[in-house]
Amino acid sequence: MQALEYAMKKTMYEKIWDSHLVVDEAGQAPLLYVDRHLMHEVTSPQAFEGLKISGRKVRNPHSILATMDHCVPTKNRHLPIADPIAKKQIETMADNCHENGLNLYDMKNPNNGVIHVVVPEHGFVHPGMVVVCGDSHTATHGAFGALAFGIGTSEVEHVMATQTLPQKKSKTMQVVVNGSLSKYASAKDIALAITGKIGTAGGTGYVIEYTGSAIRELSMEGRMTLCNMAIEAGARAGLVAPDEKTYEYLKGREFVDGVVPSPESFADEGKRKACEGALAYMGLTANTKITDIPVDLVFIGSCTNGRIEDFRIAAEVAKGTKVAPGVTALAVPGSYHVKKQAEDEGLDKIFIEAGWEWRDPGCSMCLAMNGDELTKGQRSASTSNRNFEGRQGKGGRTHLVSPAMAAAAAAAGHFVDIRTL
Amino acid sequence: MEPYLKHDSVAALMDRSNVDTDQIIPKQFLKKVERSGFGIHLFHDWRFNDDGTDNAEFELNKPAFKGARILVAGDNFGCGSSREHAPWAIADYGFNTIISTSYADIFYNNCFKNGILAIRVGQEQLDKLMAEINANEGVRFTVDLENQQVITPAGNGFTFEIDPFRKGNLLSGLDDIGLTLKHVDKISAYEVQHKQTFPWLWA
Ligand code: SF4
Repeated sequence: MQALEYAMKKTMYEKIWDSHLVVDEAGQAPLLYVDRHLMHEVTSPQAFEGLKISGRKVRNPHSILATMDHCVPTKNRHLPIADPIAKKQIETMADNCHENGLNLYDMKNPNNGVIHVVVPEHGFVHPGMVVVCGDSHTATHGAFGALAFGIGTSEVEHVMATQTLPQKKSKTMQVVVNGSLSKYASAKDIALAITGKIGTAGGTGYVIEYTGSAIRELSMEGRMTLCNMAIEAGARAGLVAPDEKTYEYLKGREFVDGVVPSPESFADEGKRKACEGALAYMGLTANTKITDIPVDLVFIGSCTNGRIEDFRIAAEVAKGTKVAPGVTALAVPGSYHVKKQAEDEGLDKIFIEAGWEWRDPGCSMCLAMNGDELTKGQRSASTSNRNFEGRQGKGGRTHLVSPAMAAAAAAAGHFVDIRTL
Repeated sequence: MEPYLKHDSVAALMDRSNVDTDQIIPKQFLKKVERSGFGIHLFHDWRFNDDGTDNAEFELNKPAFKGARILVAGDNFGCGSSREHAPWAIADYGFNTIISTSYADIFYNNCFKNGILAIRVGQEQLDKLMAEINANEGVRFTVDLENQQVITPAGNGFTFEIDPFRKGNLLSGLDDIGLTLKHVDKISAYEVQHKQTFPWLWA
């Protein structure tokens, strides 16, 4: 009991850190034990290649769960994959997993889906674990009180060979969000508001612990969305303590500001330049009302917002509407389980009747590696997590929104202030 | 990994902030299953026109920057996706040194694992280096990791901080896994205890 009380005085991050230290010697980076290792087809092949070249073996095959998500087609999955490079990557993944005795949810497996959607569905991550994946959105699993962070491919190789990682201890930042969310405001909006406030590098060097009543009020899906976006604020990981919920009221945190910012509104030269560049790329004029901006494509999916609750709320908004002329709307569930659950609830019909395409799971438009992409100059309303230049196709213009906003934009053909619905 | 030796080289300038890994190596090149040969795709979308010809507007295409091994860039370099293809592409293109005020965490770690020295400097120092390059494109800087120094012809040299562990690995070209496996007994001991405490995780 005493040990427990002592432990309670540390931050959650410190507790996990201390309980996973294998080696801590002066002059060397501390070695941290890794409980769970998640894998997908894009960041692993070179790690397997390295392992083979050096004659090393996977130390604990049971610690690994692998899926295929980034390159998989979201339609016509029974046909051979058209892109030869994607095909090779997918085949390489299957071979590597087979040779090393790893658990793989391949493209046709009913458990298949985006890694960060699949893993929680299967309870592969538990509170207090150290979890890694060659993917920056690994932070998602912080929703379960696990220390989860993205690593590079040579670290993937390192973990496979040693089950440990040399790590520098991060600082911790507490983000307190109190209050209660209004009907269509979601975890995504909290995440975007935090990133807007502290900036895309504001969390660099930190692990963020989210606390406060608004956070406790979030469902697990919401917490996953929130932690998933921790990385967009530059943080190494996000954590939410598994705890009970209390209710207060959130003073309306806005998610879309009223107008497009103008370069003159920034005092800092660098920011002004960045703003000019961003406006040019995005094809936007300063001070245009957001609700006057038309969209070409709407995407609901990704490991940020591809879970059942996301499709529920989007379907609620989409119900009885029609996708506006000239707009393509894709609903891409995060996994086959999400897809099936949605179909059991009849959500697919709502989307299809409204003119949406109801697809198979995968990363899809989130990073547009599988053939789903924007063409030059097209504009999307997307529930994914990144609006970097070219992310959704070269010259494509991405606006990040919540699922409810996306559904509203699809029907209207332009952005909508969801608070007025 | 090759040992990092003292060298002098052309310093190329990218006067941009928040250069992200999606730009460093656009996603269409992530499908390769090898870890070499990414240099020709570095900054692809900026570097080439739609018809595949060189984009003359892009800074690294300047003749004066050809053969540069040192890259001087703005804040928050390497932000975005954790893809290690970014440092592979940078190293394969020929850079072994980056100088900026700040880097995204994952990218920073990945640099050292791939033999790239990522140096952090203050804004004022960076401005001086940028000015020196702008005034004299093609200027060569000397990087001396052993003594943690950068030397420039116009006298804008400086001493930099680096984690001694990272420094040692770069200088000797040592691979991380080999270093960790020196502790394999401790890892095994940890696992014995782990198995007793959480037997269901080992099922
Ligand atoms: S959905 Fe997007 S962010 Fe998530 S794993 Fe796939 S590509 Fe990465």
